[in-house]
Amino acid sequence: MSLTAEARHLPDRGSRRGARVLRSWELLLGVIAVLIFVANTQASPYFLDPWNLSDATFNITEKAMIAFAMALLIVAGEIDLSVAGIIALASTAMGWALQFDVGAVGLVAIGLGVGLVCGLFNGLLVTRLGLPSIVVTIGTMSLFRGISYIVLGDQAFNGYPSDFAWFGRGYVFWVISFELVLFAALAGIYAIVLHTTNFGRQIYAIGNNPTAATFSGIRVARVKMILFVLTGVMSGVAAICLTARLGSTRPSIAFAWELEVVTMVVLGGVSILGGAGSILGVVLAALIIGMATFGLGLLNVPGIVMSIFTGALLIAVIALPRLYRLIRTGRAA
Amino acid sequence: MIGSFVRSREAILLAALVALVLLVETRFAGFAAPGNLTRILNDTSILIILALGQMLVILTRCIDLSLASNLALTGMVTAMLNAAMPGLPVGLLLAIAIALGLLLGAFNGLLVWKLEIPSIVVTLGTLTIYRGVIFLVSGGAWVNSHEMSAAYKALPRTELLGLPLLGWTGVAIVAAFAVGVNRTALGRAFYAVGGNPGAAIYTGIDVGRTRFWAFVISGGLAGLCGYLWVSRYAVAYTDVAGGFELDIVAACVIGGISIAGGLGTVTGAVLGALFLGTIKNALPVAGISPFWQMAISGAAIIVAVGFNARRQPGRVILKPEATR
Repeated sequence: MSLTAEARHLPDRGSRRGARVLRSWELLLGVIAVLIFVANTQASPYFLDPWNLSDATFNITEKAMIAFAMALLIVAGEIDLSVAGIIALASTAMGWALQFDVGAVGLVAIGLGVGLVCGLFNGLLVTRLGLPSIVVTIGTMSLFRGISYIVLGDQAFNGYPSDFAWFGRGYVFWVISFELVLFAALAGIYAIVLHTTNFGRQIYAIGNNPTAATFSGIRVARVKMILFVLTGVMSGVAAICLTARLGSTRPSIAFAWELEVVTMVVLGGVSILGGAGSILGVVLAALIIGMATFGLGLLNVPGIVMSIFTGALLIAVIALPRLYRLIRTGRAA
Repeated sequence: MIGSFVRSREAILLAALVALVLLVETRFAGFAAPGNLTRILNDTSILIILALGQMLVILTRCIDLSLASNLALTGMVTAMLNAAMPGLPVGLLLAIAIALGLLLGAFNGLLVWKLEIPSIVVTLGTLTIYRGVIFLVSGGAWVNSHEMSAAYKALPRTELLGLPLLGWTGVAIVAAFAVGVNRTALGRAFYAVGGNPGAAIYTGIDVGRTRFWAFVISGGLAGLCGYLWVSRYAVAYTDVAGGFELDIVAACVIGGISIAGGLGTVTGAVLGALFLGTIKNALPVAGISPFWQMAISGAAIIVAVGFNARRQPGRVILKPEATR
């Protein structure tokens, strides 16, 4: 992201110090998560009901799936604001294909395929033409959702087959939904990829210093291309789950989700400047957002007021440590 | 000087804009008539004003995603004050709107300046916070036309020499920017900070403070537009101008304001906004469903940014890795 070009002039973050800061960040998130959990159990007797908790996971599972891929992309110093647009387009394509009776497998293939093509398009614009991803994806965000509006206008696609609905409403075991299992599995896979593989280390290297990464033999453009495609595919997965859950497609589906996904990633401790962050942080951020919105919902707090909470939390968790440092250094000087 | 203008991106954008108007004119006579062009200018004034504010922020390598929420919040506050106390003079409401907008902008600016939080994070947060506060102050209720005083609704509609005051406000802000950005120390500082923050420090410019002022100015303009928007459409509700923040960025990008900072002109921002405004006005005239608008502006952004990227000025010593 060229907005953050200054990041390249930052001194290298030492790995040991970086790991320590990271650990304390996740500790902070963990403490917040526990506090919210305890506060919720005190605030409402309905919070600990297994089915209620299970229902609440749907608030975050789809967004978190995208957030995992987005985390990798942001660590690499890029961003994709078109994810919600991809959901709209993929969902529209699936709805359009209903008339051909393609069946659940066909619908899933279409959803994934549209996500892949959209991600490829973003990736090509960014890596081949060298355009800043924040601007490219603001453009494709409008383009992708705009195509949905052209196809659907004020209409909606309905009548998804019941075996397709399972992807959004099915339960694997007792209260454990298919989406929750998928969320957990993806969290594991992304954590392994980012934290234990060569590819994961390359992502950090690119985010910290793309020039140095280039000179150390990392194929920067290719890695970024893969990450854009991955983000597109994950948006396709989210589109499948969301469409199956809602049972209908409107062009306004998942509106403004891109900002919620980015909020989740940044709250999770991924540096918007690139080069730092962990999947565990993103998972914790997703849990915090999910539990907070669910708990406030039980208290009949309207959704828009919950968004104040999310926004304030985003700024507060980043501002407070900096404020503390500012005050401390101010006293020392 | 004329030669350099002809080769500039502004000239190309102007040519594209004229071609667009003429194209619609050939199919639907009267589109290019002065009366209709005035209407387009009037319709687009709010976008022009906000794009200019956003331009300052982008010049300093930041971004302000909270402008539309700021606009909606200040608009709601003025509408509620007007509904509760119809006797308050409109001038006072206007002052309150601008002051509130300045405050909301200053909050963004302080977080970026003092705590050095990336602007995209700050304004992503305040985008949702300001929007939520609208719901808190209004309780989710609407302020409708019949609750607003006649004077409140009349101001932007009052015509002067054939152009409503809304349009004149846009013209005045453009004029102020043309002078302020090019002829004042602060105006040049926005460019210096974005062009090379390190060099700006050595020339005695406080990078953080300059960014702060960019946010304050854009916030104040959003406050002004909050009153203009609500009084023009004569309704205030929580979702006013929802999603408009990205239209503003789009206008800047189409106008050739580089998202990397330090590069862009007032003419460019104005033309970028007018380009979007003309498309918006041309679609119904041409009988195209308004549902096409989003895809067209998205495509326009991609074309514009692709076009601008090839004309990077200055020396590129080490090419960014992404271009390989």
